[in-house]
Amino acid sequence: MANAISVEELSKSYKIGELQSAYGTLRDSMAAGARRIVRREHKPHYEEIWALRDVSFQLAEGGVLGVIGRNGAGKSTLLKILTRITTPTSGQAQIRGQVGSLLEVGTGFHPELTGRENVFLNGSVLGMKRKEIIRKFPEIVEFAGVEQFIDTPVKRYSSGMSVRLAFAVAAHLEPEVLLVDEVLAVGDAEFQRRCLGRMEDFSSSGRTVIFVSHQMQSVAQLCERVIWLDKGSVVEDGRSTEVVARYLQSGFGAGSSRVWPDLMAAPGDDLVRLRSVRVVQDGEEAAAVDVRRPVGIEIGFRVMRGGGPAIFPKLKLVDQRGNVAFNAMDTSPRWNDVTEPGDYLSTAWIPGNYLNEGLATVQVGVCSLRASKLRPHAGMNDAVSFHVQDPGEGDSARGLFTGQWQGVVRPLLDWTTEER
Amino acid sequence: MPSPAPASIERVTETQVPVRDVSDEALAASSAGPAVTARVTVIRPPARWPHLDLRELWHFRELLARLAWRDIAVRYKQTSIGVAWAILQPFLTMVVFTIVFGKFGNFPSKGLQYQIFSYSALLPWIYFSSSVSSSSSSLVSNRALVTKIYFPRVMLPLAGVTVPIVDFLLAFGILVGMWAWFDVWPTAAIVFAPLFLLMALVTALGVGLLFSAVNVRYRDVPYLIPFLLSLWMYFSGVVYALDKLAEWQQWVLALNPMTAVINGFQWGVVGTEPPQLGQTLVSVGAMTVMFVVGLTYFRRFEPKFADTI
Repeated sequence: MANAISVEELSKSYKIGELQSAYGTLRDSMAAGARRIVRREHKPHYEEIWALRDVSFQLAEGGVLGVIGRNGAGKSTLLKILTRITTPTSGQAQIRGQVGSLLEVGTGFHPELTGRENVFLNGSVLGMKRKEIIRKFPEIVEFAGVEQFIDTPVKRYSSGMSVRLAFAVAAHLEPEVLLVDEVLAVGDAEFQRRCLGRMEDFSSSGRTVIFVSHQMQSVAQLCERVIWLDKGSVVEDGRSTEVVARYLQSGFGAGSSRVWPDLMAAPGDDLVRLRSVRVVQDGEEAAAVDVRRPVGIEIGFRVMRGGGPAIFPKLKLVDQRGNVAFNAMDTSPRWNDVTEPGDYLSTAWIPGNYLNEGLATVQVGVCSLRASKLRPHAGMNDAVSFHVQDPGEGDSARGLFTGQWQGVVRPLLDWTTEER
Repeated sequence: MPSPAPASIERVTETQVPVRDVSDEALAASSAGPAVTARVTVIRPPARWPHLDLRELWHFRELLARLAWRDIAVRYKQTSIGVAWAILQPFLTMVVFTIVFGKFGNFPSKGLQYQIFSYSALLPWIYFSSSVSSSSSSLVSNRALVTKIYFPRVMLPLAGVTVPIVDFLLAFGILVGMWAWFDVWPTAAIVFAPLFLLMALVTALGVGLLFSAVNVRYRDVPYLIPFLLSLWMYFSGVVYALDKLAEWQQWVLALNPMTAVINGFQWGVVGTEPPQLGQTLVSVGAMTVMFVVGLTYFRRFEPKFADTI
């Protein structure tokens, strides 16, 4: 066995209800338990979802493997299992050598502590020994460029400074196997270039790297081999250029529209079923939209019977890093009463100059409210997706600026300035 | 990386980013390199009743020290009165107890002035109660660590019961002053005081392990803890001496390990009657049960912490 990493039929399942009941209170839970005993009910049956299913691969020492896939494909679950943050449900994995992980730079940074104290704290959190940190300390501080402020509490640092310091610590880890999740998603272009450079050094020095990212450019640049995950399973495993190309052609799983010709196979229950979901701009279906003009999310659904609870359409927009941009529901009074059976087509208009650039994924649903909780009747995660583009003509929120523009949204605000 | 993300599917395929191309041979070779002799980590589904891996705990000892040090450093930086707080809390509590329970209540105090009786009981008690509260919230308050890196999670409650030792040592200084003031001196049995303190630590750790794991799922635990601790105090011999109770009552209270801790601690530091051996053994037994239950529950749910927290 010369493989640095060997993964055999690794699977992880969650019970949906189990996750929902998290953050509950002990009081509620005890009350529910007592009710079950009194009424002789059984424990509710939870539906199982597989975050990862039968994933197998081998990676030789010194190999650089990229893992791609859309949100919820199982990429992060895979990394979390390999870093032992969470445990698999079945299967097994073997890793040879010391493992280091960069799941988020700056984990464990404490604002009240000084830069120096945080270097030591973060270093041990990432698995460095004290002696190792002492040895590398001058190098870390120099890399971050914060010499003057090293004894200042981190809460007084600019965000750029603390990210640089955090990355400097992480970059001086020297594990034999490095697992990286989306670190390149933070910081400015210069910072990202440095991250990439550091990772290239790392892999060329013969260490093994698994790199999870949404950014196809960096994946193609860094990795010779790529695994494409979807719904927890491996779709493809091969040379990075080929897998990335096919992944991009596949349109990231969710396209700009979705239609269910067979009503009975559509998501929903006995009250409501989805018929179609579509992304529209300027009266046409659109896979790529102009950031400056409104985008419509069209949800078609059928109300199967009368007499149900009052329903309303709802959507959730998730950006390419998995951040929830917003939730929205139709609050108009037409949904206050029970909706008559029939077909409905609701369109939610997201204003122009509101979203940031990049891939947006939409979750749609038709819900009712019960005991002030949302109860979905028909719904779908990753129903549709679209790319938000900025033609860069200077009339959007970024003006003539062409660099990285952080944020989930990127609204064009009204600015007023007075001369005083 | 000039642009944040592929703005469109087409654009990426067009721009032809610099690609690290490899020959087919290299790709084939990448799954069979030279043999390595290194530490092998095997990842498997969790055992139903996992044991505590002491070797692993030892391996992570520096992290424990670092976490404990972080909590101490932050504590003394954040609070405006800093060190004084560690002393003021038991001292002011002692003053209030002396007025309320000593003067008005005339509570039994083992034949000592109520001040020194109360202070010598409050020292281990306050250590215990801050240990229970900080270890019970340790998992949830270190959410960022639990979801981002691996380490034996037991470290967090363990750091929670380690940090209050510093406060204890600071507050012990006042007791030294009180020895002189009240002319009440420690006996040779003071050598056992660390053992009784260790009992408080193990008990607090057991309770802390249990509640920190419960807290991951149920967010009302922090409201429960202060209530539990204030009740617990009245059954531990902090406000009144237990030696005036009926024999059978003392045996029942021995199920609370803190009664043995306080009796044993006072035996050494203020020279009261030695704790009854049988009752102390009952307390040691109760402590062991609490610790084993807490640890077992904790280890049982440990694999789910990162998913539910």
